[in-house]
Amino acid sequence: MTDLRELYQQVILDHNKNPRNFREIPNASSRVEGYNPLCGDHYTVFLQVDGDTIKDVSFIGNGCAISKASASVMSSTVKGKSKEDATRLFETFHKLVTGDTSGLDAADLGRLNAFSGVS
Amino acid sequence: MSSVRAELHPSSLIPHPYDVESVRRDFPILSRSVHGKPLVYLDNAATTQKPQAVIDRLVRYYSEENSNVHRGVHYLSEVATAAYEGARTTVRKFINARSEKEVVFTRGTTEGINLVTQSWGRTNVKAGDEILISAIEHHSNIVPWQMLCAEKKATLHIIPVNDRGELIIEEFARMLNERVKIVAVGHASNALGTINPIERMIAMAHANGSLILIDGAQGVPHMTVDVQKLDCDFYAFSGHKVYGPTGIGVLYGKEALLDEMPPWQGGGDMILSVSYETATYNALPYKFEAGTPNIAGVVGLAAALHYVGAIGIDNIGAHEHDLLLYATQRLIEIDGIRFIGTAANKAAVISFVLEGVHPHDIGTVLDQHGVAIRTGHHCAQPLMMRFNVPATGRASFGLYNTREEADALVEGLRDVIEVFR
Repeated sequence: MTDLRELYQQVILDHNKNPRNFREIPNASSRVEGYNPLCGDHYTVFLQVDGDTIKDVSFIGNGCAISKASASVMSSTVKGKSKEDATRLFETFHKLVTGDTSGLDAADLGRLNAFSGVS
Repeated sequence: MSSVRAELHPSSLIPHPYDVESVRRDFPILSRSVHGKPLVYLDNAATTQKPQAVIDRLVRYYSEENSNVHRGVHYLSEVATAAYEGARTTVRKFINARSEKEVVFTRGTTEGINLVTQSWGRTNVKAGDEILISAIEHHSNIVPWQMLCAEKKATLHIIPVNDRGELIIEEFARMLNERVKIVAVGHASNALGTINPIERMIAMAHANGSLILIDGAQGVPHMTVDVQKLDCDFYAFSGHKVYGPTGIGVLYGKEALLDEMPPWQGGGDMILSVSYETATYNALPYKFEAGTPNIAGVVGLAAALHYVGAIGIDNIGAHEHDLLLYATQRLIEIDGIRFIGTAANKAAVISFVLEGVHPHDIGTVLDQHGVAIRTGHHCAQPLMMRFNVPATGRASFGLYNTREEADALVEGLRDVIEVFR
């Protein structure tokens, strides 16, 4: 089942079973809800932003392993980063998961590379 | 002339088993592989596979018979018309309707229900009226009624379901009052498998002076449907769920009702005469069949019904019931499995959740094993909310499935647990 192993790497399985930052942030500076009716992934993401820095990030909700793991990895990757760094990370990750490898530097992504199978 | 049977087998009183391996050989797609594994197709509630007889009938129609119907005097148009109207008779006999006037061809169940809400509904439903549907309906038997109620300022009321997935008939009785114009309920639930007690519900609705529409998408493929015996006012079903082509379905309606209903779509074939100012409408059932129909679909549907009739729908029902019991019994071996929908009377549909694993992931792993199930809300989001699950995995069995395929499902689920737990 190599195709499955490509998709469900250990990072994903781990973060699915034990998602990091899996909680609410009361009085968060922003919160946003994401829902994909096609598959039933439903999450709320909370941000506590102080000036230019993302002080805290968390999420709650339910969905498939890839969605939960990616939210978990995203939250721990983005925590403590500047808004600018977080935006750059998003753009790089978006390229990764949509299969656009132009100018992609794996070093930028760290554990987010685990999601390359999604494309 | 035609290889299509003129008479259908009467169903035997006692179902007898048929040679499923021989039947499987009639379905070319079943011998294909998926990801290097034999296809195990357990998504029949979504759509069914087609026997060679249906495929051949479509090919023969387009190779030898194709022409527009009802409009020509040349030979091919007569052949096509005979095939089309002959198919209507096949459908009439299959559901035991009294007359061909009561058999309207549609694109499918969804279109049939929309036809009723728009044609019958707009004329007969007024502000303050009530419409009853059940808590376990498919979106196609919810949304059209919501739209009608919004338009007419009527209210939609939901017949509740118990935790096993059975409609609470005592509540249904309580909900029937003088304002209820129509009840719309499924013959069987595509998500839970529950077979609703429609005979009883039809009698109760009529005693209350209400009409009743049956969403038969999951009825016709699994059990004998006799619309005269049922005495339902409308019955809608889809061809592609009963081993026929996509894009074709049937709306059955009692002649007296259809007669009173205004046309739904305007155009050719549904008129007798047209001037620039006005038109006179055609007789039943043509009044509701505007434009060139899905002639090939109709002809293919008849071939499918002949195929099913030759095996015997009650035999198919018994075969599927055996699979339901066997698969359920084997699935209990899976640690952490929970069945959603455990009605006493069920069609061969098994909805389940697996502790700690999202249905989407179940489906992905099973797919790698060649096993096709459906995961998600099954076009029944309100039902999912009622049972407090975001989604389920659903295995639904058809006439060609086997116990070995149920075994493959179980093996696949063991692998799911391996990967995720």
